[in-house]
Amino acid sequence: MQKNKLSDHLVLILGSLFLMVPVVVAFMTSTHAAADIHSNGLSLTWGGNFAETYEKVLTREGGFTGQVTGSRMVMNSFILGIGFALGKIVLSMLAAYAIVYFRMRFATLAFWVIFTTLLLPLEVRIMPSYQVMSDLSLLNTYTGLIVPLLASATGTFYFRQFFKSVPDELLEAARIDGAGPIKFFIDVLVPLSRTMIAAIFIIMFVYGWNQYLWPMLMTTDERFFTLMRGIKQILQVWIGSQIPDYNEAFALAVLAMLPPVVIVVIFQSWFIKGLTESDK
Amino acid sequence: MASLDINQVSKIYAGGNKAVNSVDITIQDGEFIVLVGPSGCGKSTLLRMVAGLEEISEGEVKIGGRTVNTIEPAERDIAMVFQNYALYPHMTVRQNLEYGLKNRNTPRADIDARVAEAARMLEIDQYLDRKPRALSGGQRQRVAMGRAIVRQPAAFLFDEPLSNLDAKLRVSMRGEIKRLQRRLGTTSIYVTHDQLEAMTLADRLVVLNGGRIEQIGAPLEVYHQPASTFVASFIGSPAMNLVQGELHGNRLAVGPSLLTLGGHAPTSGEVTVGLRAEDLRVASSDEEGLQFRLDYVEELGSQRLVHGHVGDQALTASMALDVALADEMKLAIDPRRLHFFARDTGKRIHAPGTAPASQPSVMEVA
Ligand SMILES: Nc1ncnc2c1ncn2[C@@H]1O[C@H](COP(=O)(O)OP(=O)(O)O)[C@@H](O)[C@H]1O
Ligand SMILES: [Mg+2]
Repeated sequence: MQKNKLSDHLVLILGSLFLMVPVVVAFMTSTHAAADIHSNGLSLTWGGNFAETYEKVLTREGGFTGQVTGSRMVMNSFILGIGFALGKIVLSMLAAYAIVYFRMRFATLAFWVIFTTLLLPLEVRIMPSYQVMSDLSLLNTYTGLIVPLLASATGTFYFRQFFKSVPDELLEAARIDGAGPIKFFIDVLVPLSRTMIAAIFIIMFVYGWNQYLWPMLMTTDERFFTLMRGIKQILQVWIGSQIPDYNEAFALAVLAMLPPVVIVVIFQSWFIKGLTESDK
Repeated sequence: MASLDINQVSKIYAGGNKAVNSVDITIQDGEFIVLVGPSGCGKSTLLRMVAGLEEISEGEVKIGGRTVNTIEPAERDIAMVFQNYALYPHMTVRQNLEYGLKNRNTPRADIDARVAEAARMLEIDQYLDRKPRALSGGQRQRVAMGRAIVRQPAAFLFDEPLSNLDAKLRVSMRGEIKRLQRRLGTTSIYVTHDQLEAMTLADRLVVLNGGRIEQIGAPLEVYHQPASTFVASFIGSPAMNLVQGELHGNRLAVGPSLLTLGGHAPTSGEVTVGLRAEDLRVASSDEEGLQFRLDYVEELGSQRLVHGHVGDQALTASMALDVALADEMKLAIDPRRLHFFARDTGKRIHAPGTAPASQPSVMEVA
């Protein structure tokens, strides 16, 4: 028994180290000066430049045009993450509602068509999507950044499964109580889906936050840069013989990691509840 | 409050499955009707057609004289109580009760008064601000009934509302439903597969079998004059004994035993004979009776059920505790207590002169 416990702990400790060490290294390295990092490489010790570096990253206007600050990029990332998550939730709930509750012809077919798009990630349709956005002159707008990503097979699937598990009698009781389709959706289904919505919000927020390829294509104007895009930008800036701002890149990476971590930590109980149980 | 007419109503599901077959019921204002039958006989389907949750394939449903076939459930002026309560889990008890009234734009003061009245009647005042999750099964069922009561509908529809409760609670809730219905005087249709529940609640019973009505009548009428072997074996516990017999003149032969009937037999030849367990008694030595071989005894406390055979046919008799039992006994029965059914159709054969009293009166249109 004791022996078992020891090996369990070993495995867990190794696993945590495996996940944590790169983060710790990134954080520690970000507190060193750029020159230090250039000559000494990654570091596991405290560098002492913490305040300067982070302040600079968040407030100094950088980039070619000198217009974009770290906080602006954080804001853009939030707009993308939240818009992406909320949009996906609204769309997929409505789609699932139609599929589960309305006797449409081809409802099952519609569901499977949506479902098979799971097999087609954004990367497959990135060129046509770009073309469409460009034709609509939506490049370098939040709309262009968010809307093409909103259709969600995953979300639709989860909500469909959830709606299917809601007892029919609830719909029937609501019908007798005089609730039409819209009232039933807003008064009954949405509140019942709370935990599910929270779970999907977290997944989708993190997913949206971490988007890289699409913002890269869609935004050339630095005012629309997200954090993910910004990190790359810093390392690209080679002016003359200047050393790249490694410290800033690391600081930005650490900053970029924080919001998803915070959200997951705060909402984890909801998250688990939403995916495993339902309160019906 | 209203009368309710179900005229030649059928339900044909996709695939041609006829779940309800030409059902005719006329329900008086304030009457408590119980639809009873084995699982799958179409009780719920019929009730749901009245509620408007299921389309009516054929026939017509009228509530208070108005044909409601194409009218939305909310507009039919009915309230329904479901087996699994179907309370809105995210709303408090109060919100559950109010929801239907709010959707009808009932004035606030009126809503509050009705909710308070229903809560008092059902003794759920102290739970009004709880969520259904925090209530026991019995309390949830009270809330479900409250939700029906506040609507003050023309008719209550119950679909096996007590099936999810434990036996003891079921008995007390049964009494309560009956009391409430009496007090409110609201026309009610109640679906159950439990014949005891049906007997105790109903003003009139409707016994369904395979989507058809077997019999309509007051509980005792159905008990004492079952219209068919199906009703005979379904209503009453223990079930009525059904044995094969043969009638000749005024003599009935069951296996090796012979019984003499008082008057003339209603028919002659092969019949199915029905005998209630409680009508059988041990015969005195000079009396004629059924030669009964005892197999085993079930003690019920107040009486005992004696299981055995007459010839090769199983028979159950109900005996008082002080009756001496033997392995071989002769059982007597008052000939007037015998029921005769046609062997082929299973329909009741009425003794001459005793016309079937119940049938025409309930079928006639009010
Ligand atoms: N949606 C449906 N489609 C096809 N057949 C159904 C449907 N609902 C019920 N049935 C059938 O109709 C018959 C009656 O069902 P139901 O009214 O629920 O019975 P009960 O309530 O008496 O147990 C059953 O044989 C059942 O299989
Ligand atoms: Mg049923």
